[in-house]
Amino acid sequence: MTTDGAEVLSKTVTQDEAAILDAWNAALREGTSLQSGRIREAELQTQVKAVFGQLRDALASGGLDADAVGFASLRETLADISRSRAIQGFTPTDTANFVFSLKEPIFEALKRASGTDATSLAAGIWAAGKVLDRLGLQTMEVFLASREEVIGRQGQEIAELSTPVVRLWDGILALPLIGTLDSARTGVVMENLLQAIVDEEAEIAIIDITGVPTVDTLVAQHLLKTVAAARLMGADCIVSGIRPQIAQTMVHLGVELNVVSKANLADAFAVALRRTGRKVVRQQAAVEERR
Amino acid sequence: MTVTKTETLPVRSGDDVVRVRQRVRALAVEIGLGLVDQTKIVTAASELARNTLDYGGGGDVLLEIVHAGMRKGLRLTFEDQGPGITDIEQAMTDCFTTGRGMGLGLGGAKRLSNEFHI
Ligand SMILES: Nc1ncnc2c1ncn2[C@@H]1O[C@H](COP(=O)(O)OP(=O)(O)OP(=O)(O)O)[C@@H](O)[C@H]1O
Ligand SMILES: [Mg+2]
Repeated sequence: MTTDGAEVLSKTVTQDEAAILDAWNAALREGTSLQSGRIREAELQTQVKAVFGQLRDALASGGLDADAVGFASLRETLADISRSRAIQGFTPTDTANFVFSLKEPIFEALKRASGTDATSLAAGIWAAGKVLDRLGLQTMEVFLASREEVIGRQGQEIAELSTPVVRLWDGILALPLIGTLDSARTGVVMENLLQAIVDEEAEIAIIDITGVPTVDTLVAQHLLKTVAAARLMGADCIVSGIRPQIAQTMVHLGVELNVVSKANLADAFAVALRRTGRKVVRQQAAVEERR
Repeated sequence: MTVTKTETLPVRSGDDVVRVRQRVRALAVEIGLGLVDQTKIVTAASELARNTLDYGGGGDVLLEIVHAGMRKGLRLTFEDQGPGITDIEQAMTDCFTTGRGMGLGLGGAKRLSNEFHI
């Protein structure tokens, strides 16, 4: 009898395929993946069949190195599976368990195959552990990378969503900024504002920074660039919503915005109205004026 | 002076800079700093974190809560293995920049802090 773990494993997996598959399916059914309703049983079974077939072939091609060429197609299949799980919102545990729950069925099969040959059993179990652990880790790596991708994309979506330019009056626009003004987002902000200035033929744009928690030199620089670009498009900017603590900090930093600023959006709007030759009056007063 | 809490954060990406600001803000609140002082130290941290990233090629920051008698404070130590600063006095000068910044970060951070050393 052979004690080459790779050979023992490969032989067992090929000969005992049906029993291993049954046990693996049963283990997965007990897991939480199906219960969460994120995946249908038919889909799960297709994945099980595909992965198992490729594992069997990879093992037959020799070697236990899950990073080797023989395992390439299996790695790809597993990567696809964990990518789709990341997007479907599976937990890391559920995703890792897809691979790890194959351990017990294989161990059981090895036991059946080895009978009383403890050396061959130990070699087989060691081999199975080595391959499945590595595959499990690869699965997790892809899962985490995909999650990062999802998070990154959401970040981009938020960046675009949260920079709306609103029209307050004919020729008067407001840009309420909220959150962190990192470079990527500032680009979007500038573009949106400049485009709106053109579309609305705006004379005045109010940039409100009430929702910006920190104004450091980078944020100040972005603000100044936005103001300068707006000016080139023929619109004047007013910055509003500079809270007292931000104002103090800016003084310490030594940044000067060199732009008209107002404590709040309402005051800025009043300035904008005045500059465009308008005035807001109380109705009562207006009636009295007419008398 | 005794240190009662320490933690280290990486400064290797723009997102890390945001996280550093958030942690500094949380610690500033924890030691009971007022809104103005919170904003000051968060802004100083933001400047130094960005320099660490832009000119130092990334590094780490050590955040410490320190006690001296009745007074509590926050000590931030930014460290990178980049080229270093050849002329510190020049770097501290307002409007001096070797990048595309305003050159106000270092001087500003010093003015925003009670103690400042490079
Ligand atoms: N960690 C660092 N490693 C190497 N050089 C640095 C480091 N921090 C700052 N410097 C140098 O000091 C100069 C001044 O820094 P400072 O933060 O004052 O201005 P800035 O970063 O250029 O612009 P700003 O901070 O206003 O956006 C930088 O341009 C850079 O040459
Ligand atoms: Mg700087």
